[in-house]
Amino acid sequence: MTVNTEMKVRVAATAQVADKVKRFRFERVDGQPMPVFSGGAHVIVSMRDGKALRRNPYSLMSSPEDSAGYEISVLRVENSRGGSAFLHEKLKEGDELILSQPVNLFAHDHRARKHIMMAGGIGITPFIAMMDQMEREGAAFELHYAVRTRTHGAYWKELQQRYGKHRVKIYCDEEKLFIPVADVLANQPLGTHLYVCGPAGMINGVLGKARELGWPKQNLHSEEFLAPPPGKAFQVRLAKSNRTIDVAPHQSILEALEANGVDAPYLCRGGACGQCETGVVSCDGELEHNDHFLEPDDKASGRKIMICVSRITGNVVTLDL
Amino acid sequence: MLVAGIKSRPVYSGLNIDSHAKRHLFALEGEGALALIDRVKAAGSDFLKNADILYVASGSRAEDHDRKLAALGADTFWLAPTIPVLLNRLHVMLGQAHMGSQIYLAGTEGFIGQAQQVAMNHGVDPASIHAEHRGSAARRVQCVHCKGITDNVTTSPFTCSACGLSLLVRDHYSRRLGAFQGVCIDAEEPGTAPKPEELFP
Repeated sequence: MTVNTEMKVRVAATAQVADKVKRFRFERVDGQPMPVFSGGAHVIVSMRDGKALRRNPYSLMSSPEDSAGYEISVLRVENSRGGSAFLHEKLKEGDELILSQPVNLFAHDHRARKHIMMAGGIGITPFIAMMDQMEREGAAFELHYAVRTRTHGAYWKELQQRYGKHRVKIYCDEEKLFIPVADVLANQPLGTHLYVCGPAGMINGVLGKARELGWPKQNLHSEEFLAPPPGKAFQVRLAKSNRTIDVAPHQSILEALEANGVDAPYLCRGGACGQCETGVVSCDGELEHNDHFLEPDDKASGRKIMICVSRITGNVVTLDL
Repeated sequence: MLVAGIKSRPVYSGLNIDSHAKRHLFALEGEGALALIDRVKAAGSDFLKNADILYVASGSRAEDHDRKLAALGADTFWLAPTIPVLLNRLHVMLGQAHMGSQIYLAGTEGFIGQAQQVAMNHGVDPASIHAEHRGSAARRVQCVHCKGITDNVTTSPFTCSACGLSLLVRDHYSRRLGAFQGVCIDAEEPGTAPKPEELFP
């Protein structure tokens, strides 16, 4: 029960933009315009890599008004499950693949008086599209962007040129510069919203600091897509359809279901959106919750699992599917 | 006669003091003074050194709540003569406020709704405002026909203060207007409205 209407696209251009970061531009094979999206939106890229079908979420970074094509930037991840390695090493201009419709789980709040964005590394991508939209809307914003080294950081020069150094601040690990979160958050006008995208440690650190400074949770936003972590193999039993499916060590439950023709619901495939929440009937081990979506008491109850990123430690889990 | 069971009916979760806030801004009306006084009795008064209190006595003038509030020892205390004057002061203060300030409202629903409107116009998410209903259950109601607003409605149906129609009060609430919705009860046969019942004393 996928809600996406897929679009067949061709790789129109690729570019190496920084160490380990590559940009891809996609245009529709049928020549139709892409849907206009809103800053912060992502698409699911479906890649046919030999026998494997990989589906990964990537934030759109091109201008939301550009309906001629979509652009994403991809970090080459060490120990990649295959997605980023495929995009970096195999995908060439002219190749075809499938994109989902854009979905936005990280839109900026239009009631805000001011927007503060904090990015770590490749977490910059949704903010590039957001800033394009904010600039058009005349909204007040500033970006604080942490990079490992000047050559690892993508787009920082272009962003400083376009929006000015007063609105785009760069902090480089190598130069011992870090985002001074407490200083940035002090004395911001009432109605300011904060957006964080980057590694989990950074998101938790920044949002924790904001709460300590009395920021209400309604003004705090974050996004991190998780890759489904590998684990040991196990079996999934489907209670309603009475089937048993094997989940391989490097496969998520969702991927195993799809490989066996089961059309389970999903949206972000990164543990963020909640669409793939599935009831657990029984499990002979512990559930390994890897998502950002379920509340702690839901995780503790053992009755729910996000099948896009979570696994089990036991041998068999029975799902309400 | 009341149309109830509508989801937009506000629920007030009380003046829960956010211990992390750098500044606490209280806007209180009438019996709403007691919401803060009770909170101080229960949880101490440490937070008051970073607190501003705006108060309007409205119908509670005889109760001398203003003197009790002034005696709490907040950083600032300001007594307003009327609700519009208090709301204007609130607007000016919010224009100078920073993130880390928390907003607390207590009093009648009509007052809370109007103060919340002021805060929303400063980009504040209403879900981040702490509010507690105290005092009369009287409602602020918008006539959906002429858009006139009548304050302190205690009965349903009631007569619209702007156009004179007999209005049935619904639990349907507009945060944007800070008012419940009133709908003409005798549109088919004018003059056949049932007798007003005192539902919001």
